[in-house]
Amino acid sequence: MELSDELRQLYQEVILDHHRAPRNYGNLESYTHQAEGYNPLCGDQIELFLRVNDAGIIEDARFTGQGCAISRASASLMTEALKGKSIEEAHTIFERFHHAVTSDPTAPIDADMLGKLVVLLGVREFPTRVKCATLPWHTLEQALAGGGTTTTE
Amino acid sequence: MSLHSLQTLAYDVERIRQDFPILAMRPYGKPLAYLDNAATTQKPRCVLDAMTHYYTHLHSNVHRGVHFLSEHATAAYEHARDVVASFIGARRREEIIFTRGTTESINLVAASWGGAFLRPEDEILLTVFEHHSNIVPWQLVAQRTGARLQVVPLEPDGSFFVERALEAITERTRIVAIAHVSNVLGIVVPVAPIIEHAHRVGAVVLLDGAQSIAHVNVDVTELDCDFYAFSSHKVYGPTGIGVLYGKAELLERMPPYHGGGDMIRRVTFERTTYNDLPYKFEAGTPPIAEAVGLARALEYVDSIGRDAIAAWEERLIAACIEQLEQIDGVQILGPKRGRAAVVSFSVEGVHPHDIATFLDREGIAIRAGHHCAQPLMDFFGIPASSRISVAMYSTEEEIERASTALRKCITLFRP
Repeated sequence: MELSDELRQLYQEVILDHHRAPRNYGNLESYTHQAEGYNPLCGDQIELFLRVNDAGIIEDARFTGQGCAISRASASLMTEALKGKSIEEAHTIFERFHHAVTSDPTAPIDADMLGKLVVLLGVREFPTRVKCATLPWHTLEQALAGGGTTTTE
Repeated sequence: MSLHSLQTLAYDVERIRQDFPILAMRPYGKPLAYLDNAATTQKPRCVLDAMTHYYTHLHSNVHRGVHFLSEHATAAYEHARDVVASFIGARRREEIIFTRGTTESINLVAASWGGAFLRPEDEILLTVFEHHSNIVPWQLVAQRTGARLQVVPLEPDGSFFVERALEAITERTRIVAIAHVSNVLGIVVPVAPIIEHAHRVGAVVLLDGAQSIAHVNVDVTELDCDFYAFSSHKVYGPTGIGVLYGKAELLERMPPYHGGGDMIRRVTFERTTYNDLPYKFEAGTPPIAEAVGLARALEYVDSIGRDAIAAWEERLIAACIEQLEQIDGVQILGPKRGRAAVVSFSVEGVHPHDIATFLDREGIAIRAGHHCAQPLMDFFGIPASSRISVAMYSTEEEIERASTALRKCITLFRP
């Protein structure tokens, strides 16, 4: 059984790697921002912790929870992308990623702007799975907005 | 050779498949293996034809007009009621109420019967494997009346001991509302002793038949259940219609659920008197074409034979369990035996949604998620599971394709 091109795009080696060995997985002892994300459709759940210093820079980002390969890899890649960025930059990354991942599968990709996150765009061919990729990101917005629980359906 | 194997030998699944046009679909260029039948079943051509014929030749509103079409539409609609009554063994046609589906049927009983007869401290008995639609309506009426929910547990290994249900029935139990067949575990609940015991303490019993109607030979009179709820679309009929069977003496004592046309006898602004059963519970224009389609679906099921279908499905589920058990890291939820048409499983290190997406691209449709049974997922300590569910047109080849694809999928995620 050969994998289809779409499946190979969705489950690229980078995604599988971040799924098997997620970066920044675990609790953060001292954090300044925290939020939970929940997808009632599939039961996926994530808790995100950020430590932002006085200069407004994200010093550390970690997550826990259970989810599919896409949501786990997305959370892993997201925390990597956030470290060392300002809150303002985090919002910008969120907006760029969200715009790209919810765009039409044929829309051109600005790989320079998205960096490593570009591997997550295979999900555009799988409308039912876009929410898996965006769950950690909505949780990020929730955390930056003051915490609480966000749900995606 | 046993009767059982003779039945499955004579079973011509290829001929049956010809009756279901959608099975010829090729998602992503692959032959469709539709293994999500617990969610909804596909429709045979005769059901589609019956509905088209109704709209082409008979359609009008029912119980209202005196004209030609109204008479014919009413006759078709009421004939459907007779077919349903006979299919589930109801003694009287007025015990069959058409609703929008299992969910509305249960809500009707919870709101009408529960609202009228439940008192503070009364107990509503459910099981841990109920579908949300047989939990939430009872929570709503419990909040209104002060009644309490009690929950029958499963054994740690996921098997169901009927003794646990019998123990949980007390003098305070007013209603036992249980799935006849679990939509996740496929367990066929031995309801006879539960019904008998419930009646002994003066409680009534509602069976959620969403998953039993297409797979188990149901006779409500023999079962002696007080209510039986099912959806048409789970038994090869159209969406948008379901059935509530209720014993006439109970239905007569229950207040109306929805108000509107057709359910009344005389309306003034001061006072309204209600129509007789079953119309008291059928406010507004009913799903007429859907009733016609449902009746045709039930006739179709009987033309194949309910015992033959059950035997065929039992063979498929046994094959499915056997194949899944051979795959490393696959854990089947619930008991291996005594189940109808459904196998749910979890795979160590691989999320159900990734499995479902992977299989989907092979043309194989399975369900991934919590199956609207979150308390049961909590019981097993998992957020979600994958589910294979079969129907009369399913084949062993489809099961094999699913298990082959599952092996490949596991290799991808866990090399």
